[in-house]
Amino acid sequence: MFIYSLKRLAQSLVTLVIVVTVVFLLMRLLPVEGYFGERFDKLDDSQKEAILDKYGLLDPWYVQLFNFYADLSRGDLGTSIIYRANVPVSKIIKPRIPYSVNFGISATVISLILGLGIGKKMATHKGRAWDRVWTGYIILVSAVPSTVYLLFVQLYGSDLLHLPMLFDKYRIGSWILPLVSLSLGGIAFNAMWMRRYMVDELNRDYLKLGQAKGLPYKKIMRKHVMRNAYVPLAQYLPATLLSTVAGSIYIESIYSIPGMGGLLVDVIGRQDNPMVQALVLIFSSVGIVGLFLGDILMALIDPRIKLNKGETR
Amino acid sequence: MKTYDDIPAELFVPSPMDRGEAEKTGYSNYSYWRSTIRIFLQNRAALFLLFLLGILVLFTVVQPLFPGQRPATQVNFDAKGFPLRNIQPGKEYWFGTNAIGQDLWSRIWHGTRTSLLIGLLVGIVEMGIGIVYGALWGYVRRLERPLTEVFNVLHNIPNTIILILMAYILRPGFSTMVTAMCLTGWHGMARFIRNQIVIIRDREYNLASRCLGTGTGRIIYKNLLPYLVSVVMLQTALSIPSTIGWEVFLTYLGLGLPIDVPSLGNLVNEGRSIMMSPELRYQLIFPTIVLSVITVSFYILGNAFADASDPRNHL
Repeated sequence: MFIYSLKRLAQSLVTLVIVVTVVFLLMRLLPVEGYFGERFDKLDDSQKEAILDKYGLLDPWYVQLFNFYADLSRGDLGTSIIYRANVPVSKIIKPRIPYSVNFGISATVISLILGLGIGKKMATHKGRAWDRVWTGYIILVSAVPSTVYLLFVQLYGSDLLHLPMLFDKYRIGSWILPLVSLSLGGIAFNAMWMRRYMVDELNRDYLKLGQAKGLPYKKIMRKHVMRNAYVPLAQYLPATLLSTVAGSIYIESIYSIPGMGGLLVDVIGRQDNPMVQALVLIFSSVGIVGLFLGDILMALIDPRIKLNKGETR
Repeated sequence: MKTYDDIPAELFVPSPMDRGEAEKTGYSNYSYWRSTIRIFLQNRAALFLLFLLGILVLFTVVQPLFPGQRPATQVNFDAKGFPLRNIQPGKEYWFGTNAIGQDLWSRIWHGTRTSLLIGLLVGIVEMGIGIVYGALWGYVRRLERPLTEVFNVLHNIPNTIILILMAYILRPGFSTMVTAMCLTGWHGMARFIRNQIVIIRDREYNLASRCLGTGTGRIIYKNLLPYLVSVVMLQTALSIPSTIGWEVFLTYLGLGLPIDVPSLGNLVNEGRSIMMSPELRYQLIFPTIVLSVITVSFYILGNAFADASDPRNHL
């Protein structure tokens, strides 16, 4: 177990280094005009040269890469150029983290509770109205792009329910629509997963044995069926949690939530290269950490899993 | 002690493949594709959607050939030479016109054509990369480690981020979009194929086939491929709705196709920008309806065909 964790950690670190390096080098391919700020057409060549020199962009790429890692190790993610000129990126991002984290965690919890509950009832009511209605919901949410149906949630949610259309941290009502939007996909995913799991599991022999032994149905459910569901749940939970925290790029943007996702959309529009680079790095690290935690958690929970045989996920 | 040294070695030579003998042991009149189609035809809802989708796709292709269609990028003017902005849906303009006076009806069909083309292209490329990568990964044992590592690195990065990064660095446009989506989409396919191959590669019936002298080609074609068809078809069918979704997303970020190329992403985005005024909402709703019909149909059809083409459902 310990060896497995170490190996898995090493793997994640290697991935992280590769990702950071590749992202950094790719960003160097961009035209340098992005670094001159808003009045770049009024600068002459020597001024441009000076700016490039200031950001170290005239050095060979390996020197730049080395400097970049040196900065990273001090927690320096670079400096914004256009979004808020000459302010360190970490300073801009810091106050935005709580929004993304709070929304992400609440949405994950909501979609877990509702999704698993709905999925369970779908399995026990297989083929009846409840199952059919929610199957329709799952198909709709999985097939129609979220970028499209979320617009309608925002539009008609604010129209019919008279909820605020944009986020405002002093109005609790304005929290509802973003939360609902963030949870819709998760609910569908959890419900679909739970239903399939339960349908498979309800035909297993151990269940029949339990019933033959005279165990009460509820106890079989709680002690055996649900117990087995923890393992796959444990594996994907951290990844889902973190991807909800990070992946709410679109939702944060359409509701103007001052989180990190909305910020990424902003700085892409303004072509602020260091900001884009920093946010892309943060989001990809979050994904890597999530998968790492999931694998470790799964290995902790499931005694059958010994992953040091070079088994892939 | 008795030894077995005198057993003639030719007893251990695999017998040559005899086509006639091989057929005798097989199913008398089982045909893979006939069974697949038979089961698929039993699914009424899927049939209806196939019909609907067929008509829709056919229509997007032939629509410009109908009489009286306006080009999708043409700005329409009234008799006095003013552009016909935001005309409500009516007899003349069936789906109305947009904010600069272009005919929404032609724009929607043109856009559907663009988006379906992207989806199809991406789906096929993903299928190609996924099958080759997955097959090598599952079949060639020496490549297993390196390919696993490469896969893990790529799979660890969120797709959204790869897409955004690619679209940000390259110049926005048709080829950038297709490249970026192809780079992210094949992971799922490769992993599915690899898992399937690893599972069935050493099953008893394959072992038996190999012992009986069946050639690798025949094993792949008759024993492995039928198990893979369902997965491949499902993944390819599902990649079309997801491609359309990504296109809408990238367009929202401003990294999509140029505005003068009608696509579902551009249309949804144009509609979004004016959705606050209720009388103009038709500009969001019409593209959305077409988009939803297409994505839901592909989703359901993909699943229905995956069920039908799974040999385990054939008996």
